[in-house]
Amino acid sequence: MTAFLFFVAAGAALAGALGVVLARNPVHSALFLVMTLISVAVLFLLRDAELVAAVQVIVYASAIVVLFLFVIMLLGVDREESMEDRIPYQRPAAIALGVILLAELFFLAGHEWATGQKTASGVPLQGGGFGNNVERVARVLFTDFLWAFEITAVLLVIAVVGAVVLARRSGQRADASLDEEPEEVTA
Amino acid sequence: MTLATFAVTDTYYLVLAAMIFTIGAVGVLTRRNVLVMFMCVELMLNAVNLSFVAFAHALNDITGQVIVFFVLVVAAAEVAVGLAIIVAIFRRRRHATADDLQALKG
Repeated sequence: MTAFLFFVAAGAALAGALGVVLARNPVHSALFLVMTLISVAVLFLLRDAELVAAVQVIVYASAIVVLFLFVIMLLGVDREESMEDRIPYQRPAAIALGVILLAELFFLAGHEWATGQKTASGVPLQGGGFGNNVERVARVLFTDFLWAFEITAVLLVIAVVGAVVLARRSGQRADASLDEEPEEVTA
Repeated sequence: MTLATFAVTDTYYLVLAAMIFTIGAVGVLTRRNVLVMFMCVELMLNAVNLSFVAFAHALNDITGQVIVFFVLVVAAAEVAVGLAIIVAIFRRRRHATADDLQALKG
């Protein structure tokens, strides 16, 4: 049953990934992205990562993709992507590079990278009386990674402020044909 | 060996992650639409998350899953700032493809 679930989810993830790259319409790309993200969430569940799977669906498949769709709707999708390469043979070269990258990844995977060394906390995935998955993640997140967690809050604030500053209308009209409503005087 | 008794090891997840990562990388290199390029970056991040979770399972250590949280946070911040940049470029240029960003070069 687990193997069946894995192959279904893996096939859906790969199909969605190919769909993101191949779809002509950015909206279709975004929907294929949702398919891949949900499939990856199923794979997370199969690897005993319940909390991460939930966060994947909540943050990625809903919040981030909705943000993508908002921007697509805002900018319009009617423009066709030009097919001629500005750099000669860019696309064939890119595909060749991709094949080489995949071969490299498989080649490196044959080597012994994972040492089996445990981290300092040593909270295992299962067993040891640390409670369920959420409790285990919380224990490590709020002890060993507390400093990184706090820095994360700073990063998010910076990102939000940066996004607001970038997306805000600047003082003069950038393009008169955009039919913007009259500017308000901001302090 | 039937499918019911077939054991899916962590290697399968790593191979799948490598494939998704490669598809995302090729997408970034081939597509012109900046939004689709962004989505391909998300694909690559997700492939790495998948390998983190697979390694957490392989080494029986929860830390791999904690790292995924930080990757998710950085991805969210990146999307927020990146989409704001795309909107700002679109306001100025009326289009948002990679070719429109040529003016950035010196």
